[in-house]
Amino acid sequence: MRSTRTIEMSTGLFVLLGFASLFFLVTQITNRELSTDSKSYSVEARFENIGSLKVGAAVSMAGVTIGRVESIKLDQSAYKAVVQMKINTAYNQIPKDSDAAIMTSGLLGGQYIGITAGGAEEYLKNGDRIDLVQDALVLENLINQLVASFSNRSSDSGKSQQPAEESKK
Amino acid sequence: MKTLRELFDNLREFLVAVGAVTLFLLRMLAHVPRALTRPRLIIEQVYNSGALSLVIIMICGVFIGAVVGLQGYEVLQRFGAEESLGVGAAFALLKELGPVVTALLFAGRAGTALASEIGLMRATDQLSAMEMMAVDPVLRVAVPRFLGGLISLPLLAMIFIGIGLYGVQLVAVQQLGVEAASFWSQMRAAVSIDDVTDGVVKSCVFGLTCSLIAVYEGYTAIPTAEGVGRATTRTVVISAVLVLMLNYMLTAVMLR
Repeated sequence: MRSTRTIEMSTGLFVLLGFASLFFLVTQITNRELSTDSKSYSVEARFENIGSLKVGAAVSMAGVTIGRVESIKLDQSAYKAVVQMKINTAYNQIPKDSDAAIMTSGLLGGQYIGITAGGAEEYLKNGDRIDLVQDALVLENLINQLVASFSNRSSDSGKSQQPAEESKK
Repeated sequence: MKTLRELFDNLREFLVAVGAVTLFLLRMLAHVPRALTRPRLIIEQVYNSGALSLVIIMICGVFIGAVVGLQGYEVLQRFGAEESLGVGAAFALLKELGPVVTALLFAGRAGTALASEIGLMRATDQLSAMEMMAVDPVLRVAVPRFLGGLISLPLLAMIFIGIGLYGVQLVAVQQLGVEAASFWSQMRAAVSIDDVTDGVVKSCVFGLTCSLIAVYEGYTAIPTAEGVGRATTRTVVISAVLVLMLNYMLTAVMLR
């Protein structure tokens, strides 16, 4: 039997190590909430199609994350997706006529909202709506358009190939 | 007719066992407030089942993490998405591998020790001697060991996950050349605090299961050398099966 002092010390070490691991997991590998209620303002945008945007997705400007998507609802009168975003109050100088686009990060990455600054003097406030929006790119629609444009081309293939070859030169 | 009776007997045995374990758990829970007045006994058991399992947990954590890193890289690089390895490994370790493997190791390392220790106390009439001295053996022997296991397993699981992530990082970043910055940042973006909570809840449930089975099997062991051996074996088998079954159920509930 070891002395109680050794037992207590190694037990203490073990418990501390356990809680240190928990602390590491909570702080280091989870996404810290950017916005708490007191330190953020919410902005709304309406999209025709949000693709696979999820609650909690990033709202970013010039690649910097400035907020998160707070809620996504369907407006049944206009059949549009209403996206509420919470933006950190540190970023309170976003022009009112900025536009919001749903973009995809990487090939397999999730979707996020990218905001591009406009030129207005006034800034976005709590409860404002972003009017200029760009919907999510739906791959099926894109392919349909591509197929349609290809079938157009093949009907008058001789003409359309010439400019392509010229541009190569 | 005979097989039917056997089946019926087995079913009855099973019901009796479930009922006995539940009653034993309730009996221990009733004693918990009084057991807490003597924390030294519990600390000793946290040392026995937790601190002494630390080395095996850490070694296994590194190797599990490393193998997740290798296999994950093998699959993900086909899609050119090896940076997502951090996300996959973090989810796998936090939600499944961490709690489950820790619980299985705990059953093998600490559960058997508990069962054989209490079983031997039973076989050498130490428990009866306590009763003679008006010391409740449930209060003095079973509850501190149960609480010690209950406290230790979640802590061990957290250490296992932390070390496991280090193992993943060791293989993926140091050896296979996944970019460290995107490895961590993608992980950070995808994992939320709820995922950590899932892992903690799971390991608490497994801690309760494993220590309950170990203490119960030891306490009710047949007081012979063979009986103690059998109790130890049953502890590992029942704990492992229960942990894997409960894990499935908990995952099904948590994914809803």
